[in-house]
Amino acid sequence: MAQGVFAITEQRDGELRKVSFEAVSEGRRVADGLGTELTAVVLGSGIDGLAEELKKYGPDKILVGDDPALADYTTDAYTNVLADFIQSSDPAVIITGASAQGKDLAGRLAARLDAGVAMDCVEVKLDNGDLTYTRPMFGGKIVANVEIEGSPQIVAIRPNVMSITENPKECSIEKPTVQVGDVKIKVIEMKMETADKVELTEADIIVSGGRGTGGDYAAIEALADALGAAVGASRSAVDEGWRPHSDQVGQTGKTVSPTLYVACGISGAIQHLAGMSTSKNIVAINKDEEAPIFSKADLGIVGDLFELVPAITAEVKKLKG
Amino acid sequence: MDIVVLVKQVPDTESLVQIADDGVSIKTQDIKWIMNPYDELAVEEALQIKEAQGGTVTILSCGPEKAIEAIRTALAMGADQGIHICDPVAEGSDPLATAKLLAAALKDLACDLVIAGHRAVDEDNYQVAAAVAEFMGIPQISMVNKVEVSEGKITCHRTVEGGTVVMETALPALFTTQRGLNEPRYASLPGIMKAKKKPVDVKTVADLGVDAGSVGAANRKVRIKALNLPPERQAVRMIEAEAAADKAAELLKILHEEIKVI
Repeated sequence: MAQGVFAITEQRDGELRKVSFEAVSEGRRVADGLGTELTAVVLGSGIDGLAEELKKYGPDKILVGDDPALADYTTDAYTNVLADFIQSSDPAVIITGASAQGKDLAGRLAARLDAGVAMDCVEVKLDNGDLTYTRPMFGGKIVANVEIEGSPQIVAIRPNVMSITENPKECSIEKPTVQVGDVKIKVIEMKMETADKVELTEADIIVSGGRGTGGDYAAIEALADALGAAVGASRSAVDEGWRPHSDQVGQTGKTVSPTLYVACGISGAIQHLAGMSTSKNIVAINKDEEAPIFSKADLGIVGDLFELVPAITAEVKKLKG
Repeated sequence: MDIVVLVKQVPDTESLVQIADDGVSIKTQDIKWIMNPYDELAVEEALQIKEAQGGTVTILSCGPEKAIEAIRTALAMGADQGIHICDPVAEGSDPLATAKLLAAALKDLACDLVIAGHRAVDEDNYQVAAAVAEFMGIPQISMVNKVEVSEGKITCHRTVEGGTVVMETALPALFTTQRGLNEPRYASLPGIMKAKKKPVDVKTVADLGVDAGSVGAANRKVRIKALNLPPERQAVRMIEAEAAADKAAELLKILHEEIKVI
């Protein structure tokens, strides 16, 4: 019978991404609940140091797949190697991040293994040995509780939601020979934005602007800078061409769960609210006191964002010295 | 170049979604149905490739009878023909079963390239396209915001956190769309008239040779136990001060001292 939990981590340029620690920490909690072992899996090229880093989060075992062909993520190489690892260990549960990598991988792996997937989970509950997964649907307008039949159960966790817990323990590291198999996809180039730009889906704080900005994002960017935050945008702002598509928060853009979401000049269309309603704290700034955004906010200020946002930036700078 | 586009009909993103009395499905009566927005990008991209290089564009959809509307919309945009997997046996299929049906229909089609939305904005599973590619044994590249097709290969810009990765693969292949790829055209009136005469082949589960015991609501691997509305937030606390500077100071005080997020 299938048993054990796998946590699939991810690295880019030899550095583990934050969602990896979330996957291993959540994996530890699930494995403890099921009374079983946790195996963390890391794939890459020349990644000896990464296993040491993963130890902190309490896996019983770490499987390292090290091969030049695994340096950058490709669906086929990663699926081939992970399917081999999974088939030889027969885990009951596989946890991965619902990141660009995990979203691409989960569907492919599920079809290979004939497994069910709970995508973009925000909570994993254990009741009498049965796992229930909580996941938003319709971009967050609805929250579903789902169960998966059979094994393995693949769970992709939403980045930035599960807590990271250090829990070091005795741990074995294995480095099996890997067969990357037939790889049809070639990575030509990685085009990354400047390193200091914070990714929306991973940001702790997001300052977002909508139609009320009139396309002028200087004040919003200055506040984001002062807070070390990412800049987001509503669909109408993106449709106007004021911000790139990658900044769009909402049902047809990114779903975000930061600790603090500051919505500036965003009225709060249903599809935007869906994408940010799982934020832990929401501040709304809008000229119109009737704007729907205030119904989803914790804190609200009615006023002109071009006066308020710079005033807030000044206060942040004062506070941070 | 023969292209197949996978299309799904979904509730309009501007719709309010309400939970039905059974607690595990949504109320469908008042919903406006549209083509999944990411699938519109897929149809547009297929049409642009066809216009540049020749070939055919086939729309493939699995869904109830009214899903024909989404297929007709794609035909009105300019696609050549449709295939509609429409069978009560298939209703309520989970992503893996849906992918099995789509892959079975694709087996009988001439196809160099499959294009799909990276997710459907109803259940947000991000799964069907990847599973179709696996069942067909072809490579996939997902969340693509720029693509070039030439000489038997595609070069795709795949969006990832913090940037894009340029990837290349030989055809046949599948890629999924991301916003920014193109601006989908509207169906013109003559397009809509023409679409009515374009062929749409209706297939049942039996026609596709798929085991009825592996599809449909009764055979879901992923079972919905309950749907809930997101927890209500407490009523908003408005910051009432006169000057902008005082409002800002009050906000910072709350964020720093009470909520401790800054």
